[in-house]
Amino acid sequence: MLNFTAKQLAAELAAKRVSSVEVAGFFLNRISTLGKDLNAFVSVDEEKTLAAARAADRLIADGKAGPLTGVPVAHKDIFCAEGWLTTCGSKMLANFRAPYDAHVIGQFNAAGAVIAGKTNMDEFAMGSSNETSFFGPVRNPWQTECVPGGSSGGSAAAVAARLTPVSTGTDTGGSIRQPAALTGICGLKPTYGVVSRYGMIAFASSLDQAGPFARTAEDVALMLNVMAGFDARDSTSLQRDAEDYARDLQKPLAGLRIGLPREFFAEGMAPDVAKAIDEAIAQYRKLGCEMVEVALPNMKLSVPVYYVLAPAEASSNLSRFDGVRYGHRAPAYSDLVDMYKKSRAQGFGAEVKRRILIGTYVLSHGYYDAYYIKAQKLRRLIAQDFSDAFKQCDVILGPTSPGTAFKLGEKSGDPVQMYLSDIYTIAVNLAGLPGMSLPCGFDRANLPVGLQLIGDYFGEAKMLNVAHQYQLATDWHQRMPQGI
Amino acid sequence: MVWEVVIGLETHAQLSTRSKIFSGSSTAFGASPNSQASAVDIALPGVLPVLNRGAVERAIRFGLAVGATISPRSIFARKNYFYPDLPKGYQISQYELPVVQGGSLTIMVGDREKTVRLTRAHLEEDAGKSLHEDFHGMSGIDLNRAGTPLLEIVTEPDLTSAEEAVAYAKALHALVQWIGICDGNMQEGSFRCDANVSVRRPGEPLGTRCEIKNLNSFNFMDKAIRYEVRRQVELIEDGGKVVQETRLYDPDKDETRSMRSKEDAMDYRYFPDPDLLPLAITPQWLDDVKATMPELPVAKQARYTGEFGLSGYDARLLTQSREWSDYFEASLAAAGIADKAGAAKAVANLMTGELAATLNRSESSIVEAPVSPVALGGLVRKCVDGTLNNKMAKEVFAAMWAGEGDADAIIDKRGLKQISDSGEIEKIVDQVLAANAKSVEEFRAGKDKAFNALVGQVMKATKGKANPAQVNDLLKKKLGG
Repeated sequence: MLNFTAKQLAAELAAKRVSSVEVAGFFLNRISTLGKDLNAFVSVDEEKTLAAARAADRLIADGKAGPLTGVPVAHKDIFCAEGWLTTCGSKMLANFRAPYDAHVIGQFNAAGAVIAGKTNMDEFAMGSSNETSFFGPVRNPWQTECVPGGSSGGSAAAVAARLTPVSTGTDTGGSIRQPAALTGICGLKPTYGVVSRYGMIAFASSLDQAGPFARTAEDVALMLNVMAGFDARDSTSLQRDAEDYARDLQKPLAGLRIGLPREFFAEGMAPDVAKAIDEAIAQYRKLGCEMVEVALPNMKLSVPVYYVLAPAEASSNLSRFDGVRYGHRAPAYSDLVDMYKKSRAQGFGAEVKRRILIGTYVLSHGYYDAYYIKAQKLRRLIAQDFSDAFKQCDVILGPTSPGTAFKLGEKSGDPVQMYLSDIYTIAVNLAGLPGMSLPCGFDRANLPVGLQLIGDYFGEAKMLNVAHQYQLATDWHQRMPQGI
Repeated sequence: MVWEVVIGLETHAQLSTRSKIFSGSSTAFGASPNSQASAVDIALPGVLPVLNRGAVERAIRFGLAVGATISPRSIFARKNYFYPDLPKGYQISQYELPVVQGGSLTIMVGDREKTVRLTRAHLEEDAGKSLHEDFHGMSGIDLNRAGTPLLEIVTEPDLTSAEEAVAYAKALHALVQWIGICDGNMQEGSFRCDANVSVRRPGEPLGTRCEIKNLNSFNFMDKAIRYEVRRQVELIEDGGKVVQETRLYDPDKDETRSMRSKEDAMDYRYFPDPDLLPLAITPQWLDDVKATMPELPVAKQARYTGEFGLSGYDARLLTQSREWSDYFEASLAAAGIADKAGAAKAVANLMTGELAATLNRSESSIVEAPVSPVALGGLVRKCVDGTLNNKMAKEVFAAMWAGEGDADAIIDKRGLKQISDSGEIEKIVDQVLAANAKSVEEFRAGKDKAFNALVGQVMKATKGKANPAQVNDLLKKKLGG
């Protein structure tokens, strides 16, 4: 059971060779032991999980099984799930029990999936190492003194450590792809607007997108089929016909043009990462792909642009956490303003405060044009670079992260170093494009290396095709951390 | 010293949609606190706004009614500030690109016409209510009103007196109801005004303005502006300077007092709301809304004066609201008289005279009038065909109001029939002239009043039934020789 993919597990369940209650029991057991050591989960509710598993077994018995009926799915603690604590990794929401389901949760419930638990994350999804969580850092199952990446570190670690076959995350600047890379699994950020943001606690609304974690591209497609789709409750949700993201998995890659942005390969990549990426390129050549050099001249601006726009939106999105209606309120205060100040000072961690301050600053009178408007203009240029590149290639390839998993505490004192670990992923969010990470090797310390694929708008199925064909030819995705 | 007063008004009209501007909750007034606050309204984590199409349509209606430009693309922005009745910590409003731009409203100030230019009208959401009483050292928050759709209508600084400001506010109040976008209920806060007031000496640049809030009746608006103008003039004449600030009108003390100065003005950090796409209004949508627009008061007035020969005054009275013009047009149709001008004048006389006075006395609105337009049409028929004179028409109207039946029945029952037989009237006129030699004498000596006394005598002799026009003519003929 340990190494079943979600697809295999669903088939086993449908064939009644195993029950959903047995599956849930197996993974709950791992969550309560190994999961505790890794600190991958913020909340586990065995009763709820087993009740959902029993319901799934009844559906299977009645012949009403859907694609994920009875399969456990762990959700990043950023998604509201009715009756579940939904903390967003923050003291501010440590006591918040969601009274409604996010669209994503509703979709998984409707598909028959069983909630395995809510996973740990950087506070309000702000971080690249999962060290900003109020509930403590998550450990990387490959080397527990290392970070799993962030912000969806718990969801990534949970899949890598086989605490759940699949999980969900969100990606604002790389928060799915970077932890997927650092934990040796697959993670996909869809085109902006493909997955509804309703019920997903907002960090930076114009950049946030939810997506799946899995070990195989095939499972990613299965998950995306459940998550994607129009939702009238999100005005930025795209009204498109439903598509089967698995439809192109088996297509041969001969003749595919893969774009290699010269800016990705110029500098900054760790030698072991560069070596693994080169080997992946060689593998794709063997599969008949053609390599095309492309240019993304404005990509170097993506980190500064992102650190204007994302904090600007965040500073406003996080205003609702004021201690008035729900969440943390300071136990003692002298008046209204004092209540706001104390509640927010106590409820938010340092990184969240830093970004609220940056965001408030760039939106302030007299600075708005110089920062916010300027950044929006550059954002358009960055998107234009990708449009130009996709005239020459079908998919873009490069590293997901400049390095492999770093040690806990190694970068937490230096925000800029931390921000630069998302240098290859951020531009994709700014452009609203789909991107994914898949494992492509290991460094000398046996830490996984992630390969990033970037698709054109709505190019998810093609990206998954490119990933799946690679996984048919390699076995990086089948490697398992030791001692789990 | 001569002072010029410069006023601009900002009006918040609550749009008459059933649900809120960004959520599906009801907008009905008076529900128990927080019973109409959904997850979106209380800003739970993860919720998102979805724009109410009906609110946009109402904004378009307004733009069309004032001849404004309807922006094909407008932007919702966040206005950021902290307050307990503002659940998200920001208000969704429009800032740089509002849905309605420009336009104007022509108003009557006394009997003088004036055109007030509008700057813009934009869509936004209302905040909730903070309740500071009854909570013993705490405050209560009612979020029923949070997310109610508002249209904020802003004028250019074109108004020059409290009288003009009130005339504008009344005209706007009538218009938003006329086009069916706002119920105009001022007690419930559906129509609220803020006034920007400054004074200057003629020819000088604009003075420093103060914004006066809490003008929730026309009467308060009038008093508050008068007070504020006086305050600013006295301040300057005493060598002081007006400070730009927001002031609150206190109706109990009849004064305005400082709420916050410009120095405390917040930086709202406006930026486009990333949760909402730009609002696109297609030519097709515009046409669809246009097709549902009622005939506007100005067009009706032109028709009433042009087609029916009514006076401007009557035309304006009859178009004071949709209900009034509907009543007028229904009565006119019910009268079914070929001479439209004559019938229209008769309907107008009854409506602006007896009906208006009776409504006023009974403190009721025209839709509550027990005399239906059809019944009034029946009465008009009897006036135009000469059966009733004015005095008799009044009597019949009062009887109709009291529920004694239609005009025909009342005329029969009371034997009210005007004497229009000239032979009969002439006989009575001769008798009156013979019996009132003194009045005849006085008239011939140049006293016009004596003539009226003679008319009165004839009417008295006929118990008010004589046709007054005929009496006049006959008397003139006989006396003038």
